Amino acid sequence: MSAASPTARRVAYRNARLLDPSSGLDAKGGLLTVNGTIADLGPHIFAAGTPDDAEVVDCKGLCLAPGLIDLRASLGEPGAEHKETIATGTRSAAAGGVTSVVVTPDTRPVLDDIALVEFIERQGKATGVVHVYPSAAVTRSLEGKEMTELGMLAEAGAVAFTDGFKSITNAMVMRRALSYATAFGLLISHHTESPDLVGTGVMNQGELATRLGLSGILNESEVIMLERDIRLVLATGARYHAASISTADSVDVIRAAKAQGLPVTCGVSPCHFALNENEVGDYRTFAKVSPPLRSEDDRRAIVAGLRDGTIDVICSNHKPQDQDSKRRPFAQAAFGAVGLETLLPIGLELVHKGELTMIEMLRRLTSAPAQLYRLPGGRLAKGAPADLVLFDPGMPWRIDADAFLSKSKNSPFDRRPVQGRALRTVVEGETVHLFG
Amino acid sequence: MNVTRTPAFRHRHLLDIDGLSAAEIGALLDLADFYVDLGRRADKKINRLRGRTLVNLFFESSTRTRTSFELAGKRLGADVINMSVEGSSIKKGETLIDTAMTLNAMQPDVMVVRHSDSGAVELLSQKVDGAVINAGDGSHAHPTQALLDAVTIRRRGKRLSGLVVAICGDILHSRVARSNIMLLTTMGAVVRVVAPPTLLPTAVERLGVEVHHDMRKGLKDVDIVMMLRLQLERMHGAFVPSIREYFHFYGLDREKLSLAKEDALIMHPGPMNRGVEIDSEVADDINRSVIREQVEIGVGVRMACLDALVNHTLEIPVEKAA
Repeated sequence: MSAASPTARRVAYRNARLLDPSSGLDAKGGLLTVNGTIADLGPHIFAAGTPDDAEVVDCKGLCLAPGLIDLRASLGEPGAEHKETIATGTRSAAAGGVTSVVVTPDTRPVLDDIALVEFIERQGKATGVVHVYPSAAVTRSLEGKEMTELGMLAEAGAVAFTDGFKSITNAMVMRRALSYATAFGLLISHHTESPDLVGTGVMNQGELATRLGLSGILNESEVIMLERDIRLVLATGARYHAASISTADSVDVIRAAKAQGLPVTCGVSPCHFALNENEVGDYRTFAKVSPPLRSEDDRRAIVAGLRDGTIDVICSNHKPQDQDSKRRPFAQAAFGAVGLETLLPIGLELVHKGELTMIEMLRRLTSAPAQLYRLPGGRLAKGAPADLVLFDPGMPWRIDADAFLSKSKNSPFDRRPVQGRALRTVVEGETVHLFG
Repeated sequence: MNVTRTPAFRHRHLLDIDGLSAAEIGALLDLADFYVDLGRRADKKINRLRGRTLVNLFFESSTRTRTSFELAGKRLGADVINMSVEGSSIKKGETLIDTAMTLNAMQPDVMVVRHSDSGAVELLSQKVDGAVINAGDGSHAHPTQALLDAVTIRRRGKRLSGLVVAICGDILHSRVARSNIMLLTTMGAVVRVVAPPTLLPTAVERLGVEVHHDMRKGLKDVDIVMMLRLQLERMHGAFVPSIREYFHFYGLDREKLSLAKEDALIMHPGPMNRGVEIDSEVADDINRSVIREQVEIGVGVRMACLDALVNHTLEIPVEKAA
């Protein structure tokens, strides 16, 4: 991010469709930023003209929304810089309209120590173009055995706790971690996939796996872990977030837990509301993600969960893999896909299909994740950070993985025709990405 | 304390605080005061237990409690035998009850027993003829520790009734905490427990205590800060993440102590882990810390308990010269 200029820097965004899920605003108008903050917004703020010293951006009636907030991205650093770095990952985020990224702790070394959390914060400021927030491990080295210093890690800046794409198998370890977290009001985000039930599975268990001769991942692998966790939340009262669910059963379980008034939330990745297991087709390793792409019934249940508010946030599950990790027999290929650059266009599919309103779709990418992880941003309001995305909701284009700014080029959405694209991404008042 | 003297002490054993009324506790504390004073004289002996036999039976290692009982018995004129697990038939596989029966055959008047299992001392007490004093069983009870803490507090000029006491640390595994909660609430004190949720037993609030996870709030305006020992094996990721995190949030240091009343006392049942649950500077503060006084007072309290159990009275002995 650029150095502060001696005089106040003003940018006037005119002629925009202002979209703010936190207030429900969806109206034509303008927005003024002064330095890193939103100074004013509304339908008539530029009625008497824009301020003389302001840079003027004509939004041409397109959508101006809070920058997207992604709660679950693996940015490679430290330890997997050949797949992604904070520099490339945040540029990939900016290209997708994402202005805040929470990185997962599954790095090498694991983010289970104060020094590493501070490293991410430092590196984010030094080399990132969007906000980078560390989440820290719940257990040391992600081994699922010993609790990390949750309290001190939170003081150091960890915004949430998770073992990344790994589940904590030992129920007592999970219970103690949840219980301990309540002393500090911390949130634990969990990958709900019982490793025992996943076994050697590589794709969704079902007819297709049978035909392909691939080892299947049981549907129950997710819901059993989730139900266990919810029992533990009931016992401890801890704040709990199921990071990325994929099955109809999970949607039902979360819905029931919320009806009980439990402090439970959940997220879903675009892969799981936009794709089903058929993407695996003839052993396409780009469609190998975790949790796996599920059946069409599951996908529909996920969409229903988004519609009725059971699913709180949409996250990228950005997990870039290099070519060597994907150009292998399906069973040997790595799980994961680039997700930051496709978050918005795939999210917009929900709007184009009439499954969610624009505001409701954006809520799951802005104000809801901000609220959940207690992050600044995610709203258009006076005094809020000037983190914005200007997007054209209708622009048709074809996703091209080779054009990704991410260091890795693997995506199950490659070659997919989509509608809608981020044109300008603004972080703290500065444009960090401009399309075209 | 302004309680009615109850001269008779009808209990056969001292296994827990539960069985004692506020009046009995008050009288026992008065009696202990007498013995603490006695212990400060040149001649510390009084023949209240002459000819009697006291067996210290420690299934779990101990230095201060065993020595304290030994000294108490000797000052009362009893013959004292120490049995510890090391080199005994217990090591050879004898059951608890068989050991108790064997020792019982030697007609001891009092057996002082410590065991790592909750309830083991009570089980043993059912099988012997003499009196049994619980010197600590598992995570259940340690009545003489609670009594000596109460004497220590009273001797610093504080009334138990209305006193605000924070018990901090590993409540989950602590018999000292349980006995203190029992005694202090019986005597009308307000008890707070301060610990991370992982070190608190389920439903602890049902014991009549306030629960605090934030030590700064828990110590606000308290009269007494009781620190508990955190066992080393519990510090590395199971119950708490690490020593440094534990000390950071739950260790007693100057800054956290400053939230308590200005004249608040610091207590610890020992042995202390300096730099884990307590800062050395605070532990050694002669104006605030009564940790060494607790040890001295322990002997007097144990003399009072032995006297009361063997002679069935809480009356303060009238003696000219011992």
